[in-house]
Formats: sequence, structure tokens, C-alpha cells
Amino acid sequence: MSRQTAPQTEEPDQAGSPMTLTADRPAAETAPAERPAKARRRGQSSPLATVLSHGTLIVASLVALFPVLYIAYISLGPDDNDYLHPAKIFDKMTFANYTKVMNDTGFYTWFGNSAIVAGGTTVIGVLIAASTGYAVSRMRFPGYRQLMWTLLVTQMFPIAVLIVPMYYILSNLGMLDSYTGLILVYSSTTVPYCAWLLKGYFDTIPMEIDEAGRVDGLSPIGTFWRLILPLARPGLAVAAFYSFLTAWGEVAYASTFMLSSDKYTLAVGLSSFVSEHDHQWQLMAATSVLIALPAAVVFYLVQRHLVTGLTAGAAKS
Amino acid sequence: MAVAVAQRIRLSYSKYWYAYAMIAPVVIVLGVLVGYPLVRGVYLTLTNATSLNVGRQIGVNHIPDSFDFIGLDNYADVLWGPTAYDRFWSHFIWTVAWTAICVVLHYGIGLGLALLLNRKMRGRGLYRLVLILPWAVPTFVTVFSWRLMLADGGAVNGLLSFLHLPEPAWLSDPLAQKAAAILVNTWVGVPFMMISLLGGLQSIPQELYEAAEMDGASPWQRFRHVTLPGLRTVSSTVVLLGVIWTFNQFAVIFLLFGSGAPDAQILVTWAYRLGFGQQPSDYAQSATYGILLLSILIVFTTFYRRWLARNEKANG
Repeated sequence: MSRQTAPQTEEPDQAGSPMTLTADRPAAETAPAERPAKARRRGQSSPLATVLSHGTLIVASLVALFPVLYIAYISLGPDDNDYLHPAKIFDKMTFANYTKVMNDTGFYTWFGNSAIVAGGTTVIGVLIAASTGYAVSRMRFPGYRQLMWTLLVTQMFPIAVLIVPMYYILSNLGMLDSYTGLILVYSSTTVPYCAWLLKGYFDTIPMEIDEAGRVDGLSPIGTFWRLILPLARPGLAVAAFYSFLTAWGEVAYASTFMLSSDKYTLAVGLSSFVSEHDHQWQLMAATSVLIALPAAVVFYLVQRHLVTGLTAGAAKS
Repeated sequence: MAVAVAQRIRLSYSKYWYAYAMIAPVVIVLGVLVGYPLVRGVYLTLTNATSLNVGRQIGVNHIPDSFDFIGLDNYADVLWGPTAYDRFWSHFIWTVAWTAICVVLHYGIGLGLALLLNRKMRGRGLYRLVLILPWAVPTFVTVFSWRLMLADGGAVNGLLSFLHLPEPAWLSDPLAQKAAAILVNTWVGVPFMMISLLGGLQSIPQELYEAAEMDGASPWQRFRHVTLPGLRTVSSTVVLLGVIWTFNQFAVIFLLFGSGAPDAQILVTWAYRLGFGQQPSDYAQSATYGILLLSILIVFTTFYRRWLARNEKANG
């Protein structure tokens, strides 16, 4: 009924709807809000519902933000017991914890190590996951089902049980205490999920594009590299984000496989520093913020791809 | 005949060559770093290896393995041996409860928020950004922050006392420990579900809603008969991943309680404790737990997928 009263508003929505499959409708996001309330249509709601949903989202956002802000706030307190009396920190806020942590430790070395390891894991992990994802998305070959099943089962492996045998292998291969070893270990944990995710994303890219590439004389690998990868950017962004995050904050593997202190990653080095200064929780808070910041930067860079990248990955498996 | 076979081999070689070349790196990495440890893990479960009798290097001397092959005794001991309830079954029950509660909370809250975020409203992009944030915080940092907040004088109890509610000792009372672990893991896990489901919601064709509305379907009916079926594929995947990840959620419980809190240990952390948290380390038992864990997940996944396939058929 209401649709007849407002024929001119029909248009933006129609233009928006084909996009819903690929992007998350940036155009339709703000426009409908300006419509007069009388001609309310689906997707718009009564003022009460709007207030309620804003209320719920605000509460949820506060819950999501609070632990992060809290630890940042605690890190500004100079004394050991400040975390017990958060209100007192307000008057004596200082960055002393940060300067102490950064000057008294191998912060810059560790930061460099973490960047190498996390960056390496991201690049290598995403590349090999993408080529596997492409193969299982486009080609049927003997062993296909076994491979898919293996990718799923690999995620079920309890980390705790793998550490000791992995240690043996790395020491036999001479890869203990080396960036390569740790990068490969991290890749083995991130690749199964990334390959699954990317397979789903590749499935949404029409086969015709591959065929066009083949007709123009590209090899399957050339098609993959020149045509499909550039189209799969949202999926790749999510996979990269997941890989980076896994490698960046990980402690258990890194502390077992990196033996000398100049090879420590940031998380391992800083937690060893903090455990030497037992119960200096304000230092721990400052280190946590320092570890979280680069992850936040990466998150900010990829966040607009997250919804589209994951959609496709989860929708077809 | 021979020519035909050779030709077929050559054909399959040229046909599958690219596929095998593209999966080779993953197969090699997983084979070496996951396949071999699995084989060795299975072998260890059939022995009585501990940190005292495995081969090791002391200085320049290499001490060889001196543990024995004992068959399936480890499994029998873990499942039926004396105090098997305290060692295995109590953790098993808690692990199942933990997985079920966490996944239900992740999915329920995630779906609720995704539905809200899928409406046209002001500030949607900002809400979305903030709500995904917990996913981007390294677990190590998250758990530390929650420990500060859950400590006796921390922010959580501050809020509870402000509301005149009881203030449990989150990090020392056994029941409160479990609640705390679930709380933290829920905070960690909701963003992934929310984003995946939001993606799923956005891929449901608008025409279906319009058609349902034309037919006079109420909002609830639209949710029940358009939204939920539209989310079926996404849901089945994220629930499966959620179950696997939560079942093996090592970091949250380990970092939250360390080796304290025996009651709140799920099977993974308990296995780790047997292998590394005590002297002498019991590698064989630890590996046995690991293999049992893996078997439980494989059985679950097999049934789950069969159930999905049957549903798919029933629903067309």
C-alpha cells in the first residue's frame, strides 16, 4: 500500500538491491533515513524500535570497548596497586610505564622480529592458502574430498598436543630459533581455515572469467594470478587479517621454538620481561597496549572488507 | 591396451598437474608439521613415555629412548582406570557444557546484533566497527584485561556492587571461575559470528522479503521463514567452526587461570597440564588425551554433517 504513495522513493532502493549480493550497500545506508515517517516501509521501523535498537547497540558497543579502554587507562597509572583503585589514576596519569618498557627491554628488536614473523606468515600463509583454495574451487582431482576433509580435521588439532612433536621436527630440520621455522608453524595453523575461506570466496567468482583467461592463452596458474587474485581482494583481506592476528599475539609456540632473546617475538619478550617484574601489573598493561596497537592498525586497514570477505567464505563450504 | 593406459595416465597427468602443483605447498607443510606429529602422537599413546625416559640431549651425550610399548593401556587407564571420573569424565562433561553454552551464546548474541546491524540506521558503520573490535585484540591482551576487571576490587565487581548484586570471587571460586571463563570467551567469540551472519543476512535476496510482505507475513513469520532458511548454509558452517574452536579453546582458559583452577580446565588445557605443567611430564597420557579429543571432534563432525545432509534433503 505505502509503496504507491511514494513512487519516487522507489528508485534508490532498486538501485541498491542488486548490490546487496556483493557489497554492503553503502549507498542505501543513509538515504532511506531521511524519508518522511508516514511513508514508512520495510527496513524502517517505528521510533520505539529505533530507540531500542540504538540502545542495544550502544550497550553492546560499550561492552565491546570497555576492556580495551580499561587496560589502556590502567597502563597510565604509575604504581603497582593502582589497578585496585582505578579512580586514583586520574590525577597522576603518566606515560612512564611506556618509556620504561620501551627503554629497558629489547623492544625494538622484538618488534622487528614480530613484524618479520607475522608479515611472513601473512604473505606465505595467504599465498599458499589462496592457491589451494583456487585449486579446490575450480578443479576436481583425485584426492579432492580427502584434502577438504584434511583441512577441516587439521583445525581440530589441539595445539597443546602438537608442540612437543613439532619441537622434535624443527630441531631435526635445524629450524629451531629461526624465523622460517616459526613462520611455517604459524602457517600450518592458519592455512586450513584460510584455504577454506578463500575457496568459498573463489566459488562466488564466475567461471566465465577463468574461461575468458584461458581463451586468451593464460595458463591456469596465470589465470589465478592475473585475474582471480585481484578480484578476490576482500577474501584475501580477511585471510590476511586472520593470519596476521594469529601470528602477532601468539605466545605458546613462539616461546617454545624461539630460544635466544634476540629472536623473541614481541609477545614472548614482553611477557618474559613482565614475569621478571612480578606483579607489576601497570607494566603488563602498558605492554599489552603496545602489543595491541599494531593489530589495531591492521584491523582498521582491512575492516571494510570484513563483511563481504567473510560472507562469501561462510556461505559456501 | 598398453598405449591406451599410457595415454590415460598422460592425460590425467596433464589434467591434474596444475591442481596438484597448486595444492602441493599446503600438503607438504601440513604433512610435515601436522601429519608427522599426529603419527608420532598416536605412537606415543601406545607407550609409557614420560619426560624421564624419552631420548634427549644432555651436553654432548645423547640418551636414547627407554620407554616401552604398552598397547592400549593408556586409553583403558584414561577411560576406565581408577579415578577416571576425576581425571577424564569430569573434564569431559565440563568441556561439552562449555562448548554448548559458549556456542549458543556466540550464535544467539551474534545473530541478534547482526539483525540490528542489518537495519538501515544512522551510525551503522560505526557500531559495526566497534563491535568487531574484540576480534582484533590479541587474546593474550584480552585475557589480561579481563583478569584486571574480574579481580576482587576490579571493574566488574565494582559495577555489581553499584547495582547491589552479589560479588563473586571470579578468579578463585570454582563455579564463578567457570562463569568467568564463559564470559570472557563469549566476549572473544561474538564478533566472528556476528560478522559472518551479517554477511549471510546481506546475501539474502530482498525480493524474498518483498514477496513475503505481499503475502502478509508478520515480522516474526518473515524471520522464521525467510531469514532463518536463508542463513542455513552460513549457520551450519559457523556453528561447526565455533564448536571446533571452542572445544579446543586453549588460550582463554590457560591464560585466565594458569595451572590453578582444576575444576575449570577443559580437556585441552588439562592435556597440556599433564604434558607440560607437572614433573615428570607424562607425554603418553597427554598424547592420549589429545587423540581422544581429536576423535571426539571427528565423530561429532561426521554426525553433524550427516544430519545437515539429511536436513538439506528434507527441506529440499
